Amino acid sequence: MLTKRIIACLDVTDGRVVKGVRFEDLRDAGDPAELAARHAASGADEIVLLDITATHQGRGTLLETVRRAARQLFVPFTVGGGIRTAADAEAVFTAGADKVSINSAALSDPSLIGEIGKSFGAQAVIVAIDAKRDPSVTDAVTNAQVYINGGRTPANRKALDWAREAEDRGAGEILLTSMDSDGTRDGFDCELTAMISRAVQIPVIASGGAGNAEHFADVFLRGAADAALAASIFHFGIADVRALKQEVARAGIPMRLPC
Amino acid sequence: MLAIIDYKAGNLTSVVKALDALGVKDALVTARPEDVLAADRIILPGVGHFAATRLLAQTGLTEAVREAIADKKPFLGICVGMQWLFEGSTEAPEVPGLGALPGICDRFPSTVKSPHVGWNSLDISSNSRLLKNVPGNSFVYFTHSYRAPLSDASAASTEYGGTFAAAVERDNVMGVQFHPEKSGDAGLQMLRNFLSC
Repeated sequence: MLTKRIIACLDVTDGRVVKGVRFEDLRDAGDPAELAARHAASGADEIVLLDITATHQGRGTLLETVRRAARQLFVPFTVGGGIRTAADAEAVFTAGADKVSINSAALSDPSLIGEIGKSFGAQAVIVAIDAKRDPSVTDAVTNAQVYINGGRTPANRKALDWAREAEDRGAGEILLTSMDSDGTRDGFDCELTAMISRAVQIPVIASGGAGNAEHFADVFLRGAADAALAASIFHFGIADVRALKQEVARAGIPMRLPC
Repeated sequence: MLAIIDYKAGNLTSVVKALDALGVKDALVTARPEDVLAADRIILPGVGHFAATRLLAQTGLTEAVREAIADKKPFLGICVGMQWLFEGSTEAPEVPGLGALPGICDRFPSTVKSPHVGWNSLDISSNSRLLKNVPGNSFVYFTHSYRAPLSDASAASTEYGGTFAAAVERDNVMGVQFHPEKSGDAGLQMLRNFLSC
């Protein structure tokens, strides 16, 4: 049976994993290669490495980090942040990534999705969508809006429409981050996730709000998510991936266990 | 020498890296038929569209592989590389497969999400050399929209929108629909098995 995936995300800047709340008050959480290996060994189904600064001078450092992390990683490995062109994607693949996650660049040039997919396969292209409910209208979820530049700028697109377009353009998966839930540890936005997941045929990864095993079970059941991603609860030892998966499995969700 | 055939269908880094971690020193990524003929064993990776396999026939690689297989050299197809062992795929009906195994690959039914992405379990059905010492219900990582039919060459099957061939093996011809290089210890064990075939 196809299992639901638990994905550990590493937010990286200048070659170090950091964690803050909504990208502020960043604390050092360790070496990316070491943490990636540790999460994989403790049962994470995938690893995502997100370059949160994504500055031009940081690219070289990032590629070296990807290379080091990929060397001993035998689970799927996604890299995102600052990928603006097919050449950027190629550099990351060559360094050892299996998939890339693209966000702002895909919105400004949607043909990038197909362009990367043509060379590396659709399965290698994840379109990341940062979405926020629109409280000004009655149907806040259906009208959830897309934001870019780390959530600072409205893209003037509905998340629903953009998810459908991304699928049509050949995205392999969608990584949906709820900006309302991100950093709260109060649970994923299950309604938003369910809406997007049911509107597309491709897998949807839920992100933002993970605090405990119940939240994961909830986003798989009510949110119809195919995978769920978390960062901080894994880094500071709040949750161990294996223990979390066992707890999620007890709620009746198919998990890769033993792992 | 182990030849990894490069036919511009996706990223070969992961496969090379996994072989490297297993201590393989003589892997050669190549697009030349003569390297395939000179190799002791052959891996045909591949992600993406079945149509990409057209290049194999155009560049003489199909004939080289046919010859290598007839010479009893161990051959492992991964993902589209496994599908190519069959007669063809509805993904690109005009492009024939190698035809070493019977049947046509077809798309998942619309009753399930497609692509099939993630960790799914194997039902290991035969005394396979490739799957030796791989625990019965191991999970492996899949990512694909088309799947190969079951046949007497199936070494393992997986359930998703019906049952399909997850691994095939007929003498020295082997294939896996999933990605052993991304499937943790179970996948590495299979690659080890292949290296000792």
